[in-house]
Amino acid sequence: MNIIVCIKQVPETTEVKINPETNTLIREGVKSIINPFDMYAIEEGLRFKEKLGAKVTVISMGPPQAEAALREAISMGVDEGVLICDRAFAGSDTWATSYTLCAAIKKIGAFDLILCGKQASDGDTAQVGPGISTHLDIPQVTYVKKIEEVKDKTMRVERMMEEGYEIIETPLPALLTVVKEINEPRLPSLKGMIRAKSAKITIWSQKELNLDPQQIGLCGSPTQVIKIFTPPARTGGQILRGEVPEVAAQLVELLRKEIP
Amino acid sequence: MDYLLTDEQKMIQELARKIAKEKIGPVAAKYDQSEEFPWEIIKVIADADLFGLFIPAEYGGLGVGVLNLCIATEELSRACGGIAVCYAASALGTFPIVLFGNEEQKKKYLPDLAKGKKLAAFGITEPEAGSDASAIKTTAKKQGDYYILNGLKHFITNGGDAEIYVVIAMTDKSKGARGASAFILEKGMPGFTFGKKEEKLGIRASSTRELIFTDCKVPKENLLVKEGMGFIATMKTFDMSRPGVASQAVGIAQGALDVAVKYAKERHQFGKPISSFQGIQWMLADMATQIEAARALVYSCAREIDAGVKDVGKDSAMAKLYASDVAMKVTTDAIQILGGYGYMKDYPAEKYMRDAKITQIYEGTNQIQRNIIALRLIKEMAK
Repeated sequence: MNIIVCIKQVPETTEVKINPETNTLIREGVKSIINPFDMYAIEEGLRFKEKLGAKVTVISMGPPQAEAALREAISMGVDEGVLICDRAFAGSDTWATSYTLCAAIKKIGAFDLILCGKQASDGDTAQVGPGISTHLDIPQVTYVKKIEEVKDKTMRVERMMEEGYEIIETPLPALLTVVKEINEPRLPSLKGMIRAKSAKITIWSQKELNLDPQQIGLCGSPTQVIKIFTPPARTGGQILRGEVPEVAAQLVELLRKEIP
Repeated sequence: MDYLLTDEQKMIQELARKIAKEKIGPVAAKYDQSEEFPWEIIKVIADADLFGLFIPAEYGGLGVGVLNLCIATEELSRACGGIAVCYAASALGTFPIVLFGNEEQKKKYLPDLAKGKKLAAFGITEPEAGSDASAIKTTAKKQGDYYILNGLKHFITNGGDAEIYVVIAMTDKSKGARGASAFILEKGMPGFTFGKKEEKLGIRASSTRELIFTDCKVPKENLLVKEGMGFIATMKTFDMSRPGVASQAVGIAQGALDVAVKYAKERHQFGKPISSFQGIQWMLADMATQIEAARALVYSCAREIDAGVKDVGKDSAMAKLYASDVAMKVTTDAIQILGGYGYMKDYPAEKYMRDAKITQIYEGTNQIQRNIIALRLIKEMAK
């Protein structure tokens, strides 16, 4: 069984500061980590490896320093790491990112399962996983909290819903995005860390993937960021007191004033 | 201070620190209260390969390195001295096999110990033989292919939870210390049972029990080296393991200092954080300096051992003596800085002090350490 886990390197804190003038993230002094949700995807891949003898490859698209995230995954027990890295990919939105990752996955070759975290802790879009499955034209199951059964050509999983869960059987290959309820990620091992230090990371640029320049990076990104702003803090609000009919009338009056 | 650690040592430090912070810290108070054996953490330490640090590569470990062991023990102790000692005590029980085991014994026992599948323990102390180890009464009589052990060991760390035990027993009482021998015992051997679990002041996550031998049959292949080598094996083992206890003390002290500094910055009195008062600053400065001096001594001693320097007895005694006295002083001062909160169980300071106390007592009381140092000094003077 071949498993591909897609990971993203993100800033460690969930409270990153934003430069009010440029409206961009202040990245200086913030440590980079593997997106926490992706850690569950890595762990699930490793559990497959232990139970069924799978080969697990991690893949990430990002700047050269994202290599550290791939090495960390290797220190946990992943077999190989592939970094998709090129200035030409800069500015990719979720569409261009999933298009590029799809091309890289095709280049890796045969796979049975792709695992992703449900979303990245920085962008919070939850679109890249589903985007990859769409580009690859394979089934996707999002928010997976448990893998119930794996057969030769199919897999049955539990998918977390707002209330309760769904049981879904999907043909393989498929793409799953996982939630934190699925497992508890392991720590690296010392032997893994030693191996990760000298492991060869495959790096693919636009040259190796040879993609249509119109489909990648900023050019290939239909999303346009018009404005980024910090929402103003909520103010105290107003409490109306008195008998219900009276207060209801006041409320209607106030709402009328609010809505032009 | 930069101790110019190798890349591998830095990895060990990083990994042990991660385990301490993410896995041990959150449960340290729970195990301290319940006195349960922390198997879930032992598994984490095992999966991280840390049990292999003191076992040669050909038996599934990562090579014998006392400094490596010290680095790991220190970081684990920073979060909980009790959980860390379950780890360090297994090293203590493993060292005699690494140092004195024959090929068959090493092949049989070390791979499982390196993987952390099994824990080890070391048994020498008896109710009437503590500091005076030559007074042990447990006997081992050879009968055919077996030695028959009778007697009692007490205060044995990991006792009952470990699978592999190295036990010292008298094969020839008439020879005194030279009549002691070391045996490898396995849990479940006929006639080998355990006494009640002791309730302790500190290191409460670790287990301490009596080992009871009633006509316990031990195969003769389980004798280490040969009859009469028990004390030499013990002394050599302690020379290797004392830096481990010392690093446990350094870790406990560092953990207490971490708590004290954090608290001093957060606690406001007279309109200011108490860390702005010189009285507090000087205490913190002294604590940090003493810890660094202890760490430097421990690491130097561990490096000596790793380099194969002979006769490290005095240095390892100094490291254990100094680091444990520092741990007691620093943890007491940490409580003082936390004031009334420091005395309460809701805050972690008092646990550090309770955990620190044992480091002045076990693996040779600090009085015995001073004896070792003084005897050596006098001997050197006589040369």
